[in-house]
Amino acid sequence: MATKYVGQRIKRTEDPRLIKGLAHYVDDIRLPDTLHVAFVRSVYAHARINSIDTSAALKAPGVVAVYTGKDIAEKIGPVPCAGALPGLKVPDYRVLAQDKVYFVGHPIAAVVATDAYAARDAVDLVSVDYEDLPVVVDVEAAANGGPVIYETFGDNIAYKLTAGEGDIEAALGSADRVLKQRIVHQRLAPIAMEGRGVLARYFPGEGDLTLWSSTQIPHLMRTQVALMIGIAENKLRVITPEVGGGFGSKLNVYAEEALLSWISMQLNKPVKWIETRRENIQATIHGRGQVGYVEIGCKNDGTLTGLRYNVFADLGAYHQLLTPAIPTLTGLMLSGAYKIPAIQINVTACFTNKMATDAYRGAGRPEATYVVERALDLVAAELGIDAAEVRRRNFPAPSEFPFHTATGLEYDSGDYETALNNAQAMIGYAKLREEQKKARAEGRLIGIGISTYVEICALGPSQAMPAGGWESATVRIDPTGTVTVLTGASPHGQGQETSFAQIAADELGVDLNDVTVIHGDTGIVQYGIGTFGSRATAVGGTAVLVAIQKLKEKAHKIAAHMLKSEASSLAFEGGRYSVQAAKAAAATGTSEPVVPVGEAPGGALPEPQIEGKSSLTIQEIALAAHIAKDLPPDTEPGLSATYFYEPKNFTFPFGTHICAVEVDRDTGDLKFLRYVAVDDCGKVINPMLVDGQLHGGIVQSLGQALFEEVVYDEQGQLVTGTLMDYAVPRASQIPWLELDRTETPSPVNPLGVKGVGEAGTIGATPAIVGAIVDALAPFGVKHLDMPVKPEAIWKIVNA
Amino acid sequence: MKKAISIDVNGVTHENEVEPRLLLVHYLRDVLGLTGTHVGCETSLCGACTVFIDGQAVKSCTMFAVQANGSSVKTIEGLATNGDLHPVQEGFWERHGLQCGYCTPGMIMASAQILERNPKPTREEIRHGLDGNLCRCTGYQHIVEAVEYASRKVSGAG
Repeated sequence: MATKYVGQRIKRTEDPRLIKGLAHYVDDIRLPDTLHVAFVRSVYAHARINSIDTSAALKAPGVVAVYTGKDIAEKIGPVPCAGALPGLKVPDYRVLAQDKVYFVGHPIAAVVATDAYAARDAVDLVSVDYEDLPVVVDVEAAANGGPVIYETFGDNIAYKLTAGEGDIEAALGSADRVLKQRIVHQRLAPIAMEGRGVLARYFPGEGDLTLWSSTQIPHLMRTQVALMIGIAENKLRVITPEVGGGFGSKLNVYAEEALLSWISMQLNKPVKWIETRRENIQATIHGRGQVGYVEIGCKNDGTLTGLRYNVFADLGAYHQLLTPAIPTLTGLMLSGAYKIPAIQINVTACFTNKMATDAYRGAGRPEATYVVERALDLVAAELGIDAAEVRRRNFPAPSEFPFHTATGLEYDSGDYETALNNAQAMIGYAKLREEQKKARAEGRLIGIGISTYVEICALGPSQAMPAGGWESATVRIDPTGTVTVLTGASPHGQGQETSFAQIAADELGVDLNDVTVIHGDTGIVQYGIGTFGSRATAVGGTAVLVAIQKLKEKAHKIAAHMLKSEASSLAFEGGRYSVQAAKAAAATGTSEPVVPVGEAPGGALPEPQIEGKSSLTIQEIALAAHIAKDLPPDTEPGLSATYFYEPKNFTFPFGTHICAVEVDRDTGDLKFLRYVAVDDCGKVINPMLVDGQLHGGIVQSLGQALFEEVVYDEQGQLVTGTLMDYAVPRASQIPWLELDRTETPSPVNPLGVKGVGEAGTIGATPAIVGAIVDALAPFGVKHLDMPVKPEAIWKIVNA
Repeated sequence: MKKAISIDVNGVTHENEVEPRLLLVHYLRDVLGLTGTHVGCETSLCGACTVFIDGQAVKSCTMFAVQANGSSVKTIEGLATNGDLHPVQEGFWERHGLQCGYCTPGMIMASAQILERNPKPTREEIRHGLDGNLCRCTGYQHIVEAVEYASRKVSGAG
């Protein structure tokens, strides 16, 4: 196809509504007679509920109803978990607490009132009699005896899993050195700027329920909520209006979504719940939450022989949609960008009295990358080999792809050394090391950190996914020549309304402005999987491309019929089918609308004018296909095609991030000197959007490295419950990011794209922590736990 | 119990009776239907609710509607003039200063304020000026570039 738009820095078509304040997030949708819901949530991490008294709340002004666990026990099914692992223990998690609460924020009662203030007032009038129970907070303690959260399970271990290939004992035994390190991946809160929000409206006459939710997975939610509340799936419509960020936190089916749907059916009115930030940090999934022990074996020349990672995964009190699956992604990515003959992961996944962990941007892969990259730094330090060199010595060469890892993956394509070389050239690596040496001699503490990451994207082949890994697209050309793309992906900031339009406009040879991309409405869009796992472009974009190719096969036949020509003598170029001989003379570029708005003759569409023509635009063919008076035999009227694309493999983006910092001896504060990143996400559809994804990802990574941590105290109280205590990075706290790219197409899909949504979050953390560790190397520091705060640095420098 | 207030919002005078505890942001969103101003926290940290009150950028989630009585309020919906985008709005579009768009109205108002106070801020001044507004998508870099774009535009430097 001609690439007029693909690969270009195209401004987003989403933006005008957003910059004018005219977009609609869930809370911006106003329906008459809407009732508002507020939740009574547990103030204890673990307690028995002896009684709940709702009588005062029910008498409060504006209150319509109060629901507790008893009301829903037989009515609404448990919150679903899609992670199927052998021997997995699954607690029965109901949408309102039954006899016990298991974490601070656990919903106990739903108060329904005529306005949000009245609902919130009445929450304080619900009296809950708790009897507190022993609390399990620390994941390693949870694994090693102590109080048991679910007595029926006997212990707190949800599952154990061992995976990997190669003889790990022999591999570590054959090493010249084996290095060990305990590594903590602290709990993080995703903090989408828009919290969750739900609006449910039941139409009692039709028996239809419409659910507006701020989610990444409208179709999966439709299926799950239908099952939970017992409504036929074809009576439930899920709409995701504008979604204010997700980062995995909205890749889920939550208690509130099912409960609000059910309440709307009880009261026959629209009901709305808008999450507060406090609720968001208490009761929206957390990410990470692993404590692990890595052992890496190497030869004296730095060649790796084996890697073992024994990890305790802090699942929280129950499973959300993918909770138990996240540590398995860590296991898959433990080979990093390196040839490691034997790898073993041993997961001990535990229940604790905390909110569930689940997929947060990166979802298990940042943990793997951090483990491997920190381990490579340990090897470099131990052997006195430069951190870049020890990595280079263990890369597979480009000719070794597809590259099989000892974690069982086939990496699709890669050129890791070029990305490293380019990043080193960008930052002036050799000179920087010289400066570092000089600075150290002067007593200044400069550190350089490197991460040469690989990640796994385009989730994924259905074989490897809990509920389908394909994506869908319908493309149609309307009678007036406009193009409508319906995607099963559910973008929420990534910009696919633009990037998918770029693909469609190029492939159809039409103007970008003629294309509209529709998503996030199960009443309109064919079934889809949604947006997560850096999959939307690689899987969903490919579905768009192939659907268009199908559509064009039909258009080609119609064109041949209309031009009274053999199909084989026609070619498609610049949006136009033309007879080969006339091709060179055929006009290209933007076509006029077939039926200009406001100029259509009353009643009937104009007949396509083909007399004397040697070429036809695809839009003219669309009109003919709809009028359908003269189509080839056995041709369906209309011009649309649907395709469900099943990827054959994941894709594996990669890159090198290098970070240089200087530590302030007096304060322990950090100053970023440089941050360069060379990323390779395969073919690029819109470089501006790719840069945006990388910036955002890197800064979330930086948040983990330096600031962010969900902290529960020993009673299981959440002490970082607001944005005053949970430290999201601010504009003044980050380095200026210098980005460059290499472009190694993926052979997995015809677009050659890999995915970029999570790359920054996966690649950056080890570079930042590595830089601090390197700065503190004169003090014998080999590793630091995140978030690395000035206090910790200051203590080391001033010990 | 309710108090009568008169507030000029985006050039239109609104007279309403409101509960004294009604937050300004809820007045704008729920009484006037101006839903472009968002709520991202309840502790005045995120800045999604930033509006102008008598020309000053203010977080409308930590102010009561009655406190704005007699004031002139400008929200994101009132920033463009005669259909022409404000230079900051244009900058956000040109430089990809937004992804999910949720922080954007507050971020644009805060950015406009930075330029009103200092039409030619340095990059560091822009970053510090934006410290009261959180964005989780962009990593701020394109936002800073958007403000730089707008700065060039308003100061006539191209």
